[in-house]
Order: sequence, then C-alpha cells, then structure tokens
Amino acid sequence: MTADKTVRGDTAFEPKIIGFLCNWCSYAGADKAGTAQSPYPPNVNVIRVMCSGRIDPQFVMKAFEQGADGVIILACHPGDCHYKEGNYRAAQRYRLLLQLLEPFGIERERCRFDFVSAGEGDKFVQVITEMVETVRALGPLIIPA
Amino acid sequence: MADKPKLSMYWAAACGGCEIALVNLNEKILDVDAAFDFMFCPCLLDTKKKDIEALPDGAIAITLFNGAIRTAENEEMACLLRKKSQTLIAFGSCSAEGCIPGLANFHTRDDLMKAVYLDNATIDNPGNIIPRPETEVAEGTLQLPAFYDRVRTLAQVTDVDFFIPGCPPEPHQIWNVVSAVIAGAPLPPKGGVLGAGRSAVCEECDRKKEDKKIAKLFRTYELVPGKEACLLEQGLICMGIATRDGCGALCPKVNMPCTGCYGPPEGVLDQGAKMVAALGSIIDIGDTKGLAEEEIFRRIDAVFGSIPDYAGMFYKYSLPGSILKGRIS
Ligand code: SF4
Ligand code: SF4
Ligand code: SF4
Repeated sequence: MTADKTVRGDTAFEPKIIGFLCNWCSYAGADKAGTAQSPYPPNVNVIRVMCSGRIDPQFVMKAFEQGADGVIILACHPGDCHYKEGNYRAAQRYRLLLQLLEPFGIERERCRFDFVSAGEGDKFVQVITEMVETVRALGPLIIPA
Repeated sequence: MADKPKLSMYWAAACGGCEIALVNLNEKILDVDAAFDFMFCPCLLDTKKKDIEALPDGAIAITLFNGAIRTAENEEMACLLRKKSQTLIAFGSCSAEGCIPGLANFHTRDDLMKAVYLDNATIDNPGNIIPRPETEVAEGTLQLPAFYDRVRTLAQVTDVDFFIPGCPPEPHQIWNVVSAVIAGAPLPPKGGVLGAGRSAVCEECDRKKEDKKIAKLFRTYELVPGKEACLLEQGLICMGIATRDGCGALCPKVNMPCTGCYGPPEGVLDQGAKMVAALGSIIDIGDTKGLAEEEIFRRIDAVFGSIPDYAGMFYKYSLPGSILKGRIS
C-alpha cells in the first residue's frame, strides 16, 4: 500500500480514503448518488456500518495505521438517527478523537465528519470531492515501519 | 542450591519501581528465594552481563523483564535474556506497553535531545554537546548505545511468553503468579496476561454506578469527589472504564481517578481510542438535541475543552503499544 505513495505535492498521488457510512442515511445517500450516475472521485473505500455510533475510534486509528490517507465519517442529520442518538455519540467521539490525532502528527483535515441524509446524493458527492481534494493537497500519510 | 530453577530480573528503560514491587512481596520474598536461585538483577544483585553470556541457552527458568526498549543496549539485553531464558515475561507497564518512557513517542528524537541537552533551563552546555553513538577523542573512539527514534515494547523486539501488567504490578498479583509457578499450576497459553483480570477496573471498583451523564469535566485538583459515586459520573476522567482489572481498583478507593496503569482490557488494541469511545457515550447530550449542526460541535468542544492534554492522559501508559505507536511525522 505504501509502494504507490509518492511525495507531497506530486500530482500522481491518489489519496486512499476510508469512509464509514451509516446504513440508514449516508449509505443510502451514496447509493442515491450512484443511481443518479453522479460522478465523484473513486478514492473512497466505503465501509457500511449499521449506525455511526458503532464506529469505534479504534477503527479510525486502524485505518490510518493500515495506510489510509484520510478517514471520513458520515452520519444521519441530528434528529434522524435510526437509533435516536447514535449520531450524537459519533459526533462526540469524533470531536474528542481529533484532539488525539494531532499529537500523533495527523492533521485534523484527514479525519472529517459530516451529516448526509438518504436523499442527499448531491451533498455526498460534494463532501467526498472536497475530502479527496483536501487530502490530496496534504499529501500521503506515511506511517513509519 | 544449584538445582533450584534460575530466576532473573532486568531493567531496561525503567524507573526501578518494578524492582521495588518485587521487594514489596515482603516476607514472601523468602519463599521466592527458597524456590528459585535468584541470580541476576542489576538493581539488587551484583551479577554481570558477562555471567549471563556465559550461561548455556535456556539456562534461566524465568526472566522478569521490566522497562521499555529505548536504546540499543536495552534491545541487546532483551535479546540476550530471551536466548538464555525458557520463559521471558514482560513485567510491568514499561515492558508490556511502553508506559511513561513511551510518552516520548509523541516527540521526535531530535526534539527530545534538544529539550534535554540544549534548551533545558538547568543545563549549561556551551559546546552544544549531544550524546552520539560514537565520539572520536585523542585516545580513540568512545561508544554509547544508540538512542532509537522510538520507544518500543519488549514484544516489539523479541518473542515474549507472558505479560504482567501494571505500573508497577501489584505485589499480591506478583505473588499470585510466582506461587502458581512454584506450585506447578498450568499457565495460560503463550502470549497471555498473568497477574490480572480480563475485564475493566470498574468490575472491581465498589463505587456506585448509575446512568452516566456528564455535563462538565474536571481536572483532579479542581474537585474533591464524593466518596460513594463513580468518579467518572462526578466528572473526573477515571480511566478504569478502559483499563484492565487486577489492581483491586486501588486509586478510586482513595478518591483518585484511575490513570490506566494496567493497560487496555483483553481484546482492546488501543486504550486511548477506547477512552474516546467511552467518554463519547457519557457526555450529556440532552441540550445538544435540536441545535444547529455547527452549534452541536461547539457545545461538545466546550465540554471537552476543560482538559488540556487528552493524548498524554489517555496514553500515559500505553503509547508504544497502541495502534499508531507514536508520532508519525
Ligand atoms: S512499569 Fe512503572 S514502576 Fe515499573 S519500571 Fe515502568 S514506570 Fe517504573
Ligand atoms: S469509572 Fe472509575 S470510579 Fe467509576 S466505576 Fe469505573 S473505576 Fe470506579
Ligand atoms: S486504579 Fe488504575 S491507575 Fe490505579 S493502580 Fe489500578 S489500574 Fe493502576
């Protein structure tokens, strides 16, 4: 995975991003973008979880350790969570996780949280596109052996 | 005498507290002496490295290895003792997870050298001398063990049979392990944890636990907590919830939050991430409901804002053993 990583600023660099999407809203949103055949960058490997509240911060750490250049967490809008408050929990964990990532030398822009509903195929495309461009500008994340 | 199995103890990047914990077996140390030939321990005995080198491989029954791997010397001794020991035990948090010396992994080696040898207010170093593995002098080459880029755990440099967690391991738990070995009790499969439980400190903590809803977090000095209720519920960051049981919940017993010295519970890879998960579940979200999305983040940040250094707090004992192991750039 690190073999294709190139130096910062090299245009050949294609960011590898892991996306954790909740089943009920954001995954459906991604599906909607797909059905509408809206183009968006193919850099995000989507992992569907039943609820954004299921995303253990260890998953995010593990993703970075395994070679992700960025991690994006997409949840239902406040009030829309299928399990009432999983997305609030996810938001709390995310805000605290950001404070841990910094001393590890991982820029906070490499980990993004956003709300995408089942109907927001366009927002999904926009968020993913922004994320890919942000991480591309940051360059690869190189984990020492 | 010569027939007794050999027991050794070594310190690498360590503070000496683990040796004190062994001595704190008090009179039971005599039982240890009766059962073992305690033959190597630089803190307590005068045996030398060359005496260890002279032994046949596997001559030592058990080595308790405390301390993290910071220098080439630490690694060399770890590999030597691995070769000479039938059973190598990572003893204490430094050896098992990296502990306090491992917090250095949040900084680069150059930053550490600069802070300690150049910028430190109590240092007078006009020649700006920084230790190096080799220094040429008129008489020849002076050598020092190399100082590695990162602190590693014992298991990251050699094969480890068992782990005894704790900073330091509690004497009653050391005794549990030693007496089981003396009695010939079966040990768990290789790679297992001895002298501790599998769950969390909360399991053995007597404080009253109710539904956790925290509106404000306090630093330890800011609050004299009530004696009955769970400290976390009172707003102190007690890491018992993300720490392996085994100590008997010593700290909460005396009104101090657990700082996590027994490392992560069984199956948890990253104590810091686990604390994030736990705290994320117990902050009171009542009044964030119905707010605008940006406002939600602002509220959450305000609750977490009263604590200055989460990473240092959550990884106090386990940074080299964590998923990312330290600063990556
Ligand atoms: S585990 Fe704790 S007591 Fe033991 S050597 Fe390390 S810092 Fe000292
Ligand atoms: S969080 Fe701390 S005080 Fe509360 S039950 Fe667990 S160990 Fe005890
Ligand atoms: S309560 Fe926590 S910090 Fe205190 S001895 Fe036990 S594990 Fe260590």
